[in-house]
Amino acid sequence: MSTLPLPAASRGRGLLLLELDGAGSHPAASRASRTAPPAAPSADRLRGAVLAAESAGFHAATFADPGLPDYSAPVSAEPAAAPRLNALQRAAFAGPVTRSLALIPEVDTVYTEPFHIATQLASLDYVSGGRAGWLVAASASAADAAAVGREPVHGQRLSREAADSIEVGRRLWDSWEDDAVIRDVATGRYLDVDKLHYADFEGENYSVKGPSIIPRPLQGQLPVLVPAGLLDREALAAGAADALLVSAPTPELLAAEIAETRAALAGIGREPALIAELDVVLDSRGQTAVARLDALNSLAAWQSPRARFVGTAAELTELLAGVLTLADGVRLHPAVLETDLEELSRLVLPELRRRQLLAPVSQDTTLREQLGLSRPASRYAAATAADN
Amino acid sequence: MSHSIHPATEFTPSGQLQLGVFFQGVNSGTVWKAADSGSQTEFESFRRIAQTAERGLFAAFFLGEGLRLREHLGRPHALDVAGRPDAQTALAALAAVTTNVGLVATQNTTYNDPADLAHRLSTLDLLSGGRAAWNIVTTDNAWTGANFRRGGYLDHADRYTHAEAFVETAKRIWDAWDESGAVRRVRHTGKHYSVDVTPRLPRSAQYRPVLFQAGDSPEGRDFAARQADVIFSAHPQLDDALDFRRDIVARTLKAGRGANDVKIMPASEFILAATPQEALEKKAWVRSLQIGPQQAIAYLEQFWGRELQGYDPDGPLPDIDPAVEETSETRGSGFHGAKARQLADQWRAEAKEKGLSIRQFVSARTSRGDSTFTGSYTEVADRLAEYARTGAVDGFNISPWLIPTGLDEIVNHLVPELQERGIYPTEYAGTTLRENLGLAVPVRPAADVTGAESASAAARV
Ligand SMILES: Cc1cc2nc3c(=O)[nH]c(=O)nc-3n(C[C@H](O)[C@H](O)[C@H](O)COP(=O)(O)O)c2cc1C
Repeated sequence: MSTLPLPAASRGRGLLLLELDGAGSHPAASRASRTAPPAAPSADRLRGAVLAAESAGFHAATFADPGLPDYSAPVSAEPAAAPRLNALQRAAFAGPVTRSLALIPEVDTVYTEPFHIATQLASLDYVSGGRAGWLVAASASAADAAAVGREPVHGQRLSREAADSIEVGRRLWDSWEDDAVIRDVATGRYLDVDKLHYADFEGENYSVKGPSIIPRPLQGQLPVLVPAGLLDREALAAGAADALLVSAPTPELLAAEIAETRAALAGIGREPALIAELDVVLDSRGQTAVARLDALNSLAAWQSPRARFVGTAAELTELLAGVLTLADGVRLHPAVLETDLEELSRLVLPELRRRQLLAPVSQDTTLREQLGLSRPASRYAAATAADN
Repeated sequence: MSHSIHPATEFTPSGQLQLGVFFQGVNSGTVWKAADSGSQTEFESFRRIAQTAERGLFAAFFLGEGLRLREHLGRPHALDVAGRPDAQTALAALAAVTTNVGLVATQNTTYNDPADLAHRLSTLDLLSGGRAAWNIVTTDNAWTGANFRRGGYLDHADRYTHAEAFVETAKRIWDAWDESGAVRRVRHTGKHYSVDVTPRLPRSAQYRPVLFQAGDSPEGRDFAARQADVIFSAHPQLDDALDFRRDIVARTLKAGRGANDVKIMPASEFILAATPQEALEKKAWVRSLQIGPQQAIAYLEQFWGRELQGYDPDGPLPDIDPAVEETSETRGSGFHGAKARQLADQWRAEAKEKGLSIRQFVSARTSRGDSTFTGSYTEVADRLAEYARTGAVDGFNISPWLIPTGLDEIVNHLVPELQERGIYPTEYAGTTLRENLGLAVPVRPAADVTGAESASAAARV
């Protein structure tokens, strides 16, 4: 696979991603924020958050779409009932507001129509000038299933639903070759029909004809980020994922998990970028991280599958410096967005940048470019060329 | 903006007009062959049109939807504009760069899930501070179904029963939150789908998205009379518009609503210039670019179901008969179902009687309301004053024939004329679309309309 570009880490520079969900990743974040949360989710708050992430120098923001609250849970299940705006539309709103920040919404593959997902994500790429990505989710929730009147999906089927949806998305993104819009006044043709292709996807549960209703996204193919372990080897070998999100139970175990994931990928002919997942609680304004976390935990328990860092900015910087030599990037999940982001942008990112551990940030860079990926030709263009 | 307890039984014209802009993503309305025609997909085009509309105090920026690329004789249609972004994604981005204009997303009820669509529309409504609207359409062709899980076709007879159950479920979802943050669980089990959901979003500044409807059959009109706030109609000519108004008022009263409760905004095209003569010349030029020789032939080919390349676009309609029984559905659901042979005979007779060539005939057929809004700024403003006076419509949804500068003349020249005549707003009435359209705020039903229990499902935030 010598033709593949080197992953960012091989060049010694990594990416920092920020999860931008609501008030923060801790379930009590909204109650701990210094400013009272507005009754309804507000555009101003979202605008402020993405601008803060961009000016802090993050490469990308992710937008969670945490599914429906489980109505069988007790009424006090506060975080599940918190107002949730659609992630993809939050990312779209952020498009014209930002210039360098890549925008990566989480989109479910099980209960959402693949055709809608593909065209919405392609549209996101247009409104963000090529800065869009897709964080693949596969909901196992009974509430999400009931909302659309379907049976919940588990185990291997989740993996297949995700792989199918990604495949549909990729085929639809390629279904218009780059130069399909020709606007040829002489012949009256707006399109070169030979450059449009049916996706003709036939899956276990559905089929999708195509072509897309929107021309090829600016990036050609949006980068697809997938939690490690969701897709099977076959899907990975087929190139379904451009990046894998790697989790470990503790910060200490992250390095080993990254190495194991890399080893597991060896021999399949693909090298998706590896992005480490980390929850973060920092010392802030005279309060220790431990004290802050205790206070938050007294309001609600924080159950997270991710490694959790609790400590000072300097300690976090050291941890990230280590992880960034192994992984291609780290996605940070601040406990309380406004509080932890302030410390990250004041103390952590500048130091990492000074040590030249971060890939450069520049305006109008595509997410593919950030990930060190070239812009692919449409698979159908390649096929046409081969036929000739 | 109070909710009328006794709905008005008599229609009273407001004497005012509103404008909306329909950014055409497909078909021959946009003259892409003009030298200054810009991109149909780049965000800059959308931003430019939306911000110009806002400068002109337009009530709404409107996006259509088509979930399958149009085809022509079995292949994607090559001649007209094609390819547009997903409506809600584009509008969410526009919400960030506009402050007052309404954001209307056309979304069909056949290939969406009610809980998902209601949630996404609520998102747009909250992100825009209460400026979102849903233009409800009922795409029913098998054609579009091939891109979706449910596949296939929804019978004509089922289309509006399905749509109505869908819209009622969406309304229940939007009604589910009360001011204190308590939420009702919403359940629906029906013929076409079932829903069981505890909604995730509170009400917006305008309570819930404004509902537009586009569809013209008697069933479509009754559906609008029961459910919609605004009809996006296809009747821009004054007489026709007045008939349509009478019909809608009658249907609205029958549905138990007030005579003024459903607004009407027809699709329209404006071709303006400083003088009447210039405007006519401009119209001839616009028409020649919209329906060129290839488009004229291709248009007939869709109804004939066969190639007609040998025919002279400036000659008479083809003398051979259609190769199909029924006309195709390739231009969308509005076009299929007619008997091809009968249609061909009828068109040939009509063209012959009026002495029209293929091009002239197709041009006339594809531009409804043709001369009504062609003229000098003052002429057209005078004509529009008549619409305001009679209450034939509440406003117009304008399709600019040029992207992205097609609203400039309207905003710079026509709007001031309308303002001088006192029939157009001089400032936005409010920050929400509901306020700007003069619509009443819905009242939250005390109990869920289906009577489903709510207490046990209540969640607090
Ligand atoms: C002015 C107007 C605009 C329409 N725009 C759309 C559209 O953007 N997308 C769509 O799928 N259907 C659109 N439709 C089609 C209608 O939703 C509907 O499917 C069609 O009119 C047939 O319904 P009917 O039998 O009630 O007229 C439009 C219809 C009208 C009258």
